[in-house]
Amino acid sequence: MLELATVSLLNGIVYGLLLFMLTSGLTLIFSMMGVLNFAHASVFMVGAYLSYQFARWVGFWPALVIAPLACGLIGAAIERYGLRHVHKSGHVAEILFTFGLAYLIEELVTMIWGRNAVANSVPAVIDFPLFSLFGSSFPAYKGLMMAISIAMFVFLYVALKRTRIGLVIQAALTHPQMVGALGHDVPGIFVLVFAVGSALAGLAGVIGGFMLLTQPTLANAIGPIVFVVVVIGGLGSLGGALIASMLIGILQTFAVAIDYSLLDALRAAGIAVTRASPLYDFYSIKVATAAPIVPYVLLVLMLIVRPRGLMGKRDV
Amino acid sequence: MKSVAAAPEMTSAEPTPSWMTRSRTWVGAAAILLVLPHIPGLNADFGRSLLSQMGIAAVFALSFNLLLGQTGLLSFGHAVYFGLGGYATVHLMRAINHGLPVPVPLAPLAGAATGLLFGVLFGSVTTRRAGTIFALITLGIGELVYATTFMLPSYFGGEEGITASRTRGPALLGFDLGPQLQVYYVVALWAIIAAALMYAFTRTPVGRMCNAVRDNPERVEFVGYNTQRVRFVAFSAAGLFAGLAGGLHAINYEIVAADSVSALRSGTVLLMTYIGGVGRFIGPVIGAAVLTWLQASLSGYTSAWLFYLGLFFMAIIVFAPAGLAGLILMHRPIIRMPAFWRVLRAYAIAFAPALVMTIGAIVIIEMSYRLSTQPELGTRMRLFWTDIDAATPWPWLAAVVMIVSGFVVFRKTWPIVAQAWQQATTEASVAAGAR
Repeated sequence: MLELATVSLLNGIVYGLLLFMLTSGLTLIFSMMGVLNFAHASVFMVGAYLSYQFARWVGFWPALVIAPLACGLIGAAIERYGLRHVHKSGHVAEILFTFGLAYLIEELVTMIWGRNAVANSVPAVIDFPLFSLFGSSFPAYKGLMMAISIAMFVFLYVALKRTRIGLVIQAALTHPQMVGALGHDVPGIFVLVFAVGSALAGLAGVIGGFMLLTQPTLANAIGPIVFVVVVIGGLGSLGGALIASMLIGILQTFAVAIDYSLLDALRAAGIAVTRASPLYDFYSIKVATAAPIVPYVLLVLMLIVRPRGLMGKRDV
Repeated sequence: MKSVAAAPEMTSAEPTPSWMTRSRTWVGAAAILLVLPHIPGLNADFGRSLLSQMGIAAVFALSFNLLLGQTGLLSFGHAVYFGLGGYATVHLMRAINHGLPVPVPLAPLAGAATGLLFGVLFGSVTTRRAGTIFALITLGIGELVYATTFMLPSYFGGEEGITASRTRGPALLGFDLGPQLQVYYVVALWAIIAAALMYAFTRTPVGRMCNAVRDNPERVEFVGYNTQRVRFVAFSAAGLFAGLAGGLHAINYEIVAADSVSALRSGTVLLMTYIGGVGRFIGPVIGAAVLTWLQASLSGYTSAWLFYLGLFFMAIIVFAPAGLAGLILMHRPIIRMPAFWRVLRAYAIAFAPALVMTIGAIVIIEMSYRLSTQPELGTRMRLFWTDIDAATPWPWLAAVVMIVSGFVVFRKTWPIVAQAWQQATTEASVAAGAR
């Protein structure tokens, strides 16, 4: 039992930190620009594909740098040549623009790499056991991912809260005219923010690519969970995003490990349930089968108890 | 509170036309629906099936626009109410097959009731927030319901779905729903009833409050209304009509499967509504008809259909945020002006380079799709009545040349269009002044 709990906890933290890598860029873009980037998970997917491609050409370590930079450039181009022109049509148009972009990126990726998953396996340099716990070893690439994820949090936190550029960026959201009048390049700041957010998604993609399957449906598989995480954490709050990521990561990992259903609980309590009884289907769902809906159930509960999310401050 | 609402150029108060004009419009619409399945080209089973699909999509898109266009709520999970309504209807049809004495044409009412029920249930949670968060919550609820359909196979039937027969049941006025024509008329009847009810809803005080909540929620709160309650009412009504559309879907296909609650279907209705135009009542109907037709005619030819749809959607967002309805209605003031012909001529001039550009893009997209998704078919293919080999650089080069040259010439023709347009609007305003 202790063994299962420890291993599940560790895996849950790994999964949670992976989710945080994705939410950090999304949170950055939202809190600085007020734009919810629906294509964020798609940029993550592009990062996974690019790292796969570059790793084949120039090796893993260069790819770890090149792929996020390329994603940053893509993000800058999206802001400069797309989003900026939609901005005047309001927030709905902005969200829909990124939504359409997610459609296009999925099809573009299919167009280049095909519909099937590419063989994006863990590179040999980081595929060795770091330590072992209860007989199962903890691979180094998971350790690398955890380190990168924590580094992202620290970087973003310090950059936004403790530096001058962070202050200017925050001011540019609420008072663009004033910040512009003080001589700062406000449109340039927005390009920069979008580029950094996209680069973070790309970096997450490099690592996440071989933990999940690198295929065109990757964005659709991970995207909704990421959006739920930001709502639960409180849209725009970095700390909330971290806590919510960990919470969902750990809860979902534990749920997968539990092979019991309501039926077993009822039987243990001495209540006889047969196939003929109503809701038999419902009772017999195993907790492990229900794991995929854990984030969404949590979302609904959060909305009922605390609609603004864990650390959300204002109504957005 | 930042409003995410307010689609551009939203005419918050379209002038209410006189009673005579309004009834003429509806009678005209009904007459068109009556004769459509008999005009050549649409008078076979394929055409009638297409028309039925359009009718269902139109009801669904109109219900979506009660949220997006009327109330400024962007939902990414509207298929939930469509699909659950469909499941309820298909189960009722199964009961009818086993002897329940209810005519099948009335079965969509069960879908509407279910849509309303879940609209009320989920609406009480989702409408607690507006704006961006609302969009994310609806996405989450959509995923929740989609995942749940696979966990309860006895009710939802998993991947295969639930099937029922529409013909085994008591006939209503001689309608046994055997031929596609009868199915079409049932769909058309329900569609026009639903459209009229939804139009009526937008004219009620609560419908007007929806517009107010869309445009300025803060002020609505100050005046003393509860914005959350207004959103809730709009959401429930949208759920009802989406459920009705789902019920019609169940009758038309005689099967409802998990894809009917999927994010893909939620996305499709969003695309239909936005492409059609959210600012006009007729917009979603246009969008539903155009997209259903495109899907039916294009998806057979190309596997890149979703890519083209995405491009089309992006083009609408960037260049015509008022949608197709907005584009069409933009021409109404100038249609009787002498300069209107100049505008049409300018369009024709600009159309030629745009066509060259589009063909170039299509060639590149089709070749890329062939190479990456269907390598087993080889590199030789036939596009635009020409045999080409995607393994050689020449078609790629030709396509790039077409795109670049088309774009350059198109940019040059644009001032012609702008000038003609300018002249026509000037004439129109002079004419309006004279009157």
